[in-house]
Amino acid sequence: PFLQSALEPYMSKKTLEVHWGKHQRGYIENLNRQIANTPLEGYLLEDIVKISYNRGSPQPAFNNAAQAWNHDFFFTSLKPGGGKSPTGEIAELIDKQLGSYDNFVKEFKLAAASQFGAGWAWLAREFLFFLSSLSFYPFCLKEAKLVVEKTPNAINPLIWDHIPLLVLDVWEHAYYLDFQNNRPDYVSTFLEHLVNWDIVNARLDRAKAFMNWGEPDWDLFDKDADILTYEEAGIDVVEDSS
Amino acid sequence: MAVAGQQSRASHSFTLPDLDYDYGELEPAISGEIMKLHHTKHHQTYITNFVKALEQLEQAEKDGNAEAIVKLQGAINFNGGGHVNHSIFWKNLAPSKSGGGEPPEGKLASAIKDEFGSLEKLIAKMNADGAALQGSGWVWLGLNKDLKQLAVQTTANQDPLASKGLVPLLGIDVWEHAYYLQAWTDYKNVKPDYLKNIWKVINWSDVSSRYEANL
Repeated sequence: PFLQSALEPYMSKKTLEVHWGKHQRGYIENLNRQIANTPLEGYLLEDIVKISYNRGSPQPAFNNAAQAWNHDFFFTSLKPGGGKSPTGEIAELIDKQLGSYDNFVKEFKLAAASQFGAGWAWLAREFLFFLSSLSFYPFCLKEAKLVVEKTPNAINPLIWDHIPLLVLDVWEHAYYLDFQNNRPDYVSTFLEHLVNWDIVNARLDRAKAFMNWGEPDWDLFDKDADILTYEEAGIDVVEDSS
Repeated sequence: MAVAGQQSRASHSFTLPDLDYDYGELEPAISGEIMKLHHTKHHQTYITNFVKALEQLEQAEKDGNAEAIVKLQGAINFNGGGHVNHSIFWKNLAPSKSGGGEPPEGKLASAIKDEFGSLEKLIAKMNADGAALQGSGWVWLGLNKDLKQLAVQTTANQDPLASKGLVPLLGIDVWEHAYYLQAWTDYKNVKPDYLKNIWKVINWSDVSSRYEANL
């Protein structure tokens, strides 16, 4: 979604030429070849990823499908003039659920650095089940919580039914031409100059369609209210005369 | 954290081994730029982090901190494995003027013929397995000491070949850092081309010595 030179000097045109033009193109072309004339053809990419993961015994298409999905998610997570602390709803959520933006940065850097070998670092929404004691609501609520996580090779949090919001590619090919073996600098550069927080907020909005959004809006339901009598509610009741 | 004046264990003195050749001598199979980075940055980093993890382990043992001891195993395996693997790798390579690329002779040659049919078939298998490996790792020619049999095996990340019950004879690094700087300039198809070309600088006499030493 931007010119290949638009992210300079933080991510070089050469890196994007190769990363998008060769790696990503390869994954997509190989995937198309793999799913042609199979039951997987015609599915949405996200569904192909989940289906071919096959609960831990991945089918051959999984690697290409997941990598194609991951890279698409990654390229759209970048933007020129991006990075630094976010605004909007994601900023509030980060403060509320991860402590602070600085804390998010710390966790994210740790995940990216400690992913040995090839993989990805994510910010995602995961779901916690908890029993609700509120009689207005069903007994089982899924509350969504922000998490920083890391995955190896092609794996992504979709397989855990998490909703990804942001990702950083930490395969060596993503940073080798620009940073060589200096992964920590690559991660810092990403966080300070390239993160597309606008799309993270957009993803958050879209994610709301899929889940109960945690704390309900108490303005709509006054939990301290007693049940009103008809009189208090202003309803005239005609008593039965008999 | 480490107490000053305390005697360190000998294990803390891992250092970067010197190469038997100059960085540029393996060209054009592997560029001098890659060799220099690979040796002075990647391998050195593994050693640095390995030593650090061992120091932390020593401290955790002193403190009787079981949780920390277990948690450090990942870093020790990864960084220690990286040091072990790369140390073997540098010896497995040699410039052509020092014999790199010359096919094996003697016991190893016959064993290869027995097990795989021919050297070409072994090379084809290692290339295929190396190319098919997803993510980061190594492709090895290893020796099963019990069965006295050669085997081709891949490992992930920096897992040492010993974890598969084999003695490492020849290892080829297929992490992206091993070839990426030649990507799409020298090597149009990157990993497969790198694998095809590395055989020109494989030091078979080193591989032979390891084989014979472990028979």
